[in-house]
Parts: sequence; C-alpha cells; structure tokens
Amino acid sequence: MTLATAMTRSGRKPRQGGRGEGRRGGGAAWFLVLPALIPILILSVGPLLYGIVLAFTDAQSGRTRSPQWVGFLNFQDLLHDTLFWDSFRIGLLWAVGVTVPQFVLALGLALLLNANLRMRWLARALAIIPWAMPEVVVGIMWRLVYNPDAGILNETIRDLGLGDGRDWLTGLATALPAVILVGVWAGMPQTTVALLAGLQNTPHELHEAAALDGAGAWRRFRTVTWPAIRPVALAISALNFIWNFNSFALVYVLTSGGPGGRTRLPMLFAYEEAFRYGQFGYAAAMGCVMVAVVSVLLAVYLVGRLRGGEDA
Amino acid sequence: MSLRTGRTARAGQYAALLCYLVFLAFPFLWLISTAFKPARELGSLHPTWIPEDPTLENFRQAFDEQPLLRAAANSLTAAVCAALIAVVIATPMAYVMARHRGRLSTAATGWVVVSQAFPFVLVIIPLFLVLKYLHLINSLWGLILVYVVWSLPFALWMLAGYVRAVPPELEEAAAVDGAGKARILVSVTAPLLAPGIVATALFAFITAWNEFFFALVLLKTPEKQTLPVVLTHFLGAEGVADLGPLAAAAFLATLPSLVLFAIIQKRITGGLTAGAVKH
Repeated sequence: MTLATAMTRSGRKPRQGGRGEGRRGGGAAWFLVLPALIPILILSVGPLLYGIVLAFTDAQSGRTRSPQWVGFLNFQDLLHDTLFWDSFRIGLLWAVGVTVPQFVLALGLALLLNANLRMRWLARALAIIPWAMPEVVVGIMWRLVYNPDAGILNETIRDLGLGDGRDWLTGLATALPAVILVGVWAGMPQTTVALLAGLQNTPHELHEAAALDGAGAWRRFRTVTWPAIRPVALAISALNFIWNFNSFALVYVLTSGGPGGRTRLPMLFAYEEAFRYGQFGYAAAMGCVMVAVVSVLLAVYLVGRLRGGEDA
Repeated sequence: MSLRTGRTARAGQYAALLCYLVFLAFPFLWLISTAFKPARELGSLHPTWIPEDPTLENFRQAFDEQPLLRAAANSLTAAVCAALIAVVIATPMAYVMARHRGRLSTAATGWVVVSQAFPFVLVIIPLFLVLKYLHLINSLWGLILVYVVWSLPFALWMLAGYVRAVPPELEEAAAVDGAGKARILVSVTAPLLAPGIVATALFAFITAWNEFFFALVLLKTPEKQTLPVVLTHFLGAEGVADLGPLAAAAFLATLPSLVLFAIIQKRITGGLTAGAVKH
C-alpha cells in the first residue's frame, strides 16, 4: 500500500536513470534479473494468467476431476447475481467515499505541514502512525472506539449532550459511513506524504512573485500550488481509488461485511465465494470484472504519470 | 506558503493543525488506554480516557487466551525471511532497471506498475492452487514465497531509486582503472547502496509483519498462523470480544512495525522529497 509515494515520485522525473548510456540489456542484465524474474513469473504473472483462465471454467475447491471449460457461463451468472452487484455498488461507494475526503484532508494537512508552523514535527510523527499499523490492528482499534458501551465515541457524544450514541458498526444506516471514516483515517498518511513531496517541489519564487502581484492565498493556491501538484494529486487519487476498491482486511475486521451485507465489499464477497463456498471459477470471474474496472483507473493514473514527466 | 502570513491566518492554521493532531491521535490513545484498564473499568458505562487503576492484567490474559508468542515467532520468521530474500533478489534487478534501457527494464517497470492494480482475489485462487501443488499450503515457506513476490514491486522501486543516486561516473572510473564488472558491483556500487538496501529490507519486513489476507487464506492451523490472523481470533463469534486482552494484544502487535517505521521514516519521506527535487 505504499507504492504510491515512490511511484508519484517517479512521476516527477521518470527519465533520470541511464544518463543517456542507452546500453541494452545484454547477457549480464539477464543474469542479474533472473533471481527475481523466476519467482515473479511463477507466483505473480503465472497465477494472474491462470486466474483469467479459471474464470472460464467450473473450478471448485476439493473437486478431484479437472475443471471443465464453461465459456462465459460464470460471467452470465454474475450478470444476474444481485448480491454481486450490491457488493459492486458498495465497493464503488466505499472507494469514492474514502478517496475524496482522504484527498481533501490530506491536502489540507500537507499544506499545513509545508507551512512554517511550530507543532509540525508532532503532526508529521502522528501522521505516520496509521501507515505503520497493521490493518487488522487499525480495525480492532476503531472497534474499540465505536464500541457502543465502552467506546470513546459514544461517551463523547453523551458528554456533549448530543444524545445517547448508537451502535455504529451494526446499524444498517451507519455501518458504511462508519467504516468509510476508518478508511479515510488509515489512508491519510500516504496521500499526505505524496502531496507534501509535490508541494516541496513547487518553486518558492513563484509564490513570492504571485504575492508581490497582490494575489491572495486562494489565488496563489489556484495559480501556483495546484498546477504544480496536479500530476501527483491525480496519480495518488487514482491509486487510492484502486487500492480502496480492492481492500479487504480493514472491513473484514470491522464488520465482516455486515450488517446484512451493507459493507460487503467486492473483495469480501469474492473471498466468501472462493474460500467458504469453494466456487473458484466464479470468484475468478469476479476478479476479472474487478480488474476491468480498475484498469480504466490505472489508465488515468498512467496518463497522470506521463503528464508529470512532461512537467518535470 | 511560508510567506509572511497575517496573525488571524496563523491562528487559523494552528487551530486546523490541532484538529488534525486530535483526529490522528485519538484512536491510538484510546487503544492504549483500553489496554491498561482493568475489567471493572471496561464494563463501566462511562469510560474515561485515563485508567483510574492501570493494570497489566490484560496483557497476561491475552497471552493466556491465544498463542501470541508462537504467532509472533511465526510473523517474525516470515517477515525476516521474506525481507532478506526480497532484497537479495531485488537488488540486482533494480540495478538493471536503473542502469539499462531496453525491453527487459521496460517490462519490469510495467510489471511494477500493473501489479499495484491486481485485486488479490484474482491472484490468490490460482496462487492457492499453485502452492497446493507444491505442497506449500499451511506452511510458512509458502507464505514467505508469496511475501517475497508481494514486496518486490516496492522493493524494486525503492532500490532502483537508490541505484540512480549512485553517480555512474564512479563505476566508469573503476572500469578505467581496470576493475571487472562484478568487481565494480561488489566493491564500488554495493557499499554505496547499503543504507538503501537496509531501508528497503526494513520496509519489506514491516509489510510482511502487517499482512493479513494471504496469511488468512494460506495458513489453516493455529500453530502456523501469524500475529494478524491470531488477533482476529480475539474477536470471537458474533463480534463479541474481550476488550481488554484484545486491546493489549493489538497494541503489542503494532510496536515492532511502529518502531521500525520510526527509524526508516526519514528515509522514506526524505527519499521521496529528494527524488522530487531536481538532481
């Protein structure tokens, strides 16, 4: 979950390697690449292609005969599977619901951290915590916060006289917003750090010139800051959307997809199909549909990266 | 943004920063507070921030309820092995990605980017079948293999960045002095890369230590399971949980990655900003 930062960095200056040597990868290069290439082919590229093949078969767990080719049957079934479309819709809601506020909050924090404020070392240190924590612990931690009786959230609500509080994670209406808030919290650091890197790349002289011309803070942000960080912003948002759409552990720990499937993200649904009901072929077809959706966004991200290269 | 700013604007900035500090810190502080509270206080309908009667009882109970030590040992084994293997095989490849242009490094870069978009479910089912074929289900070695490949994209990216930071002129000078290719790599490039390799290994360690999904799918018996999987056993059926021991165990499981992250944090964010600024 941490590649965005490094990748957006590369988005800034993609062609500084090689220094125009233009050497082609000869025998030595192959020799150096081989130790990593073999596991990649066996455990990443291979399974990915195999997964696409499985989507066209009736593969099930524990079945002894080899899977039969069934063509597009799994995809036809998916088309009529209302539970899948529910989870798909929830996945999109969740991904947008997390990515957008996360971006806005992270941008605010990055701007503050970039300003010359006194407590910013503390904020920097704190902003790292969600990044370093295991997702499972983040989920457990927020369950303690949301706990209807012993949790701090309801106690604060009671103290402020805002009512009795409620059972956030099991309420039909509140479960999805509650997990979205956790998603926003958990993913803020990466986004903040990426945006901060973009901000620190903004030429200081431009700000001063704009200020001398009498531009206000908002005007300076729009005409100087935003154009400078736009490629990073686009890239990190696209990646965040993809990662959120594919996320699993956080919601698995918080609600396991409940109540009544209100937080059942596509990954949770596919996981159940594959490893509880053993429907490997069907779950693989879901994976294919998810890849298709995500590819569109990956394209957006790549365009952002290329743009970033031109700007640099 | 560090221009002379008006006093009201300054105050606004500090107020906003304070809100962020509270938002970022409060769940973590609550976790710590819960971990040190005796059962009596946890049952109270009016929880407090500071435990009135702090205790270590929850930690003792956590170790009684679940095999935490063995789970931690499993996590440690998986994370250390995965991190070591990952940097050993990634460093040469990262060198090629940084120094050579050609189909090989283009393909490697493409894989790094595309692998970020895989939904794990499309990979995990065939991976499960491949590992079953290799008799590596419910085995830490199977998990280690998966973690190695899973941490490679980021490791390659980080390491390629560190390679680019080594001036090619140094290698060329050594070549002029008559050193062979292998010799140059070992005695000129490798020492300069060492800090970057360590940072990458620590990062791979943290990633593996924190990982949940693959461990959940691939490890079946409690003796083999890693810490994140064992932590979910505290939640019990129907989400009924023993809050104190749960918080204590969760807090302990976070410490190693928090400490390591604090150590390499500067390298990650620093490297990031350095890479963003012109060379």
